[in-house]
Amino acid sequence: MSDGGEGASRPKLSVESVCKRFGDRVVLNDIDLAVAEHEVVCLIGGSGSGKSTLLRCIDLLDPIDRGRILLDGADIGSGQVNSNSVRRRIGIVFQSFNLFPHMRIMDNVTLGPRKALGIPRAEAEERAGALLARLGLSEHARKYPDQLSGGQQQRVAIARALVSEPEVLLLDEITSALDPELVGEVLSTIRELADGGMTMVLATHEMGFARDVAHRIAFLDAGRILETRPPGQVLSAPTEARTRQFLQRVIDAGRL
Amino acid sequence: MAEPGWGHPDAGEVTPAPPDRGVHREEGVRGALIAGASTVVFLAVIGWLILRSPNWPKVRDQFFDLELLADSWPAVLRGFWVDVQMFAWGIVAIPMLALLLAVARSFRGPAFFPIRALAVIFIDIMRGVPLVLLILLLGFGIPALQIPGLPTSAIFWGVTALTLSYSAYTAEIFRSGIDSVPESQRSSARSIGLTQWQTLRFAILPQAIRNVVPAFMNTVVSLQKDVALVSVLGVREAVREAQIISARTFNYTAYIAATRLFLAFSIPLVRFVDWYTRRDRVRRSQVAV
Repeated sequence: MSDGGEGASRPKLSVESVCKRFGDRVVLNDIDLAVAEHEVVCLIGGSGSGKSTLLRCIDLLDPIDRGRILLDGADIGSGQVNSNSVRRRIGIVFQSFNLFPHMRIMDNVTLGPRKALGIPRAEAEERAGALLARLGLSEHARKYPDQLSGGQQQRVAIARALVSEPEVLLLDEITSALDPELVGEVLSTIRELADGGMTMVLATHEMGFARDVAHRIAFLDAGRILETRPPGQVLSAPTEARTRQFLQRVIDAGRL
Repeated sequence: MAEPGWGHPDAGEVTPAPPDRGVHREEGVRGALIAGASTVVFLAVIGWLILRSPNWPKVRDQFFDLELLADSWPAVLRGFWVDVQMFAWGIVAIPMLALLLAVARSFRGPAFFPIRALAVIFIDIMRGVPLVLLILLLGFGIPALQIPGLPTSAIFWGVTALTLSYSAYTAEIFRSGIDSVPESQRSSARSIGLTQWQTLRFAILPQAIRNVVPAFMNTVVSLQKDVALVSVLGVREAVREAQIISARTFNYTAYIAATRLFLAFSIPLVRFVDWYTRRDRVRRSQVAV
């Protein structure tokens, strides 16, 4: 990558003063977030705090009302950049997997490369095959999504997001829809990606995991980011009263 | 925002459990006997009622003249072949136009407003005009304009009218299929970099079409009978042939010949549709377990 003069300090992804409302309801209220290359940022906060919406806005799945989103310093939400090509550079994995039920696992994973990037089928399948092997899913390549467990489906969804070699990976509460015993396999996949230097923003309710894997944790409340600091500080010594309340509820629920 | 309810591709669809085959088989023999006996009794009563009605001998001669049946058979059969051809053309053209309309209606964004509006207007008009009127208007109206290059064949315009009307209804079926695909499928297709068109083509439509096959097949059954409406243009299909014969002989037996042909064609079709629909439902309920 050819960096400009200020390249070293420029964040990979930055969200600047982003506002988003659904009708009268303000979902994102003046959000600022900068993510460095190879950094892992966890978004925590109650349901309805705006975590998912923020991720969807970053991937241009929902339009923002105000503010800017920059990828490598370029404004991707301005309409001057082709949003389809932006989405190819950012991967997202959803809470409920959202695999294509009418396609085999291999086709689910290769659809993006083949249609969006125009890679020939053989090459796309080779690439997808290697990725599925890495995630321990090779034996399922010819199956349909409903023949797989939730954890396997979620790992396929991760493979589908990774196969186009995105520069940033967004994960939206990807273990929330899983049975407890299936959470581990998905989290260990994410940990490997983090160790491999993938730039990630993940919304999660798994506080223990967030503490392990995140470089920084951002606490969202009612559409605002109240604090963004290293996990030890946010989780052990939160400065905000709202953060303390939230963490207390999490602890009471036995999740930390 | 989390998207509740789409955890499983078929979540939210309420499907009845498949019947318990074991119980079915035990009751099978006794059930078949009862069903058989009650059917025989039922038919006997109906038959007795008809045969003892005072006008039966007259009706028998008017509708069931065996000699006339044999005589009218070749002409009516020839006419029915025309019906089958019109049906075949319709069954190819209708889904294509309907899909086009449904896709036009489901395109998003203000830029596509004119396309959406045109599709809606077309569908509204086609659903608002009685089919027989549409056939008359196109079949007599357009050839009368004598526009060079346009076909003047009544069959052509009859099939066109059927296609226009049926595709409006079928477009609504397809659209409900498109709407039945969860929004999250669209998000996930867009997120891997597909364009709006590719999203529709590879992610949404394959699922939408699968969802509406049973509903569409019902339309096919009804088209198979409605092709007879083209007879109003004088096209010599089965009903028209029967009409000609009955006008000549003052006897309605030829209509019975036509009825038998339509039934011979549509009953297997209806059975097939039922079988397919049931199989589809069972398959889905198994997936949902």
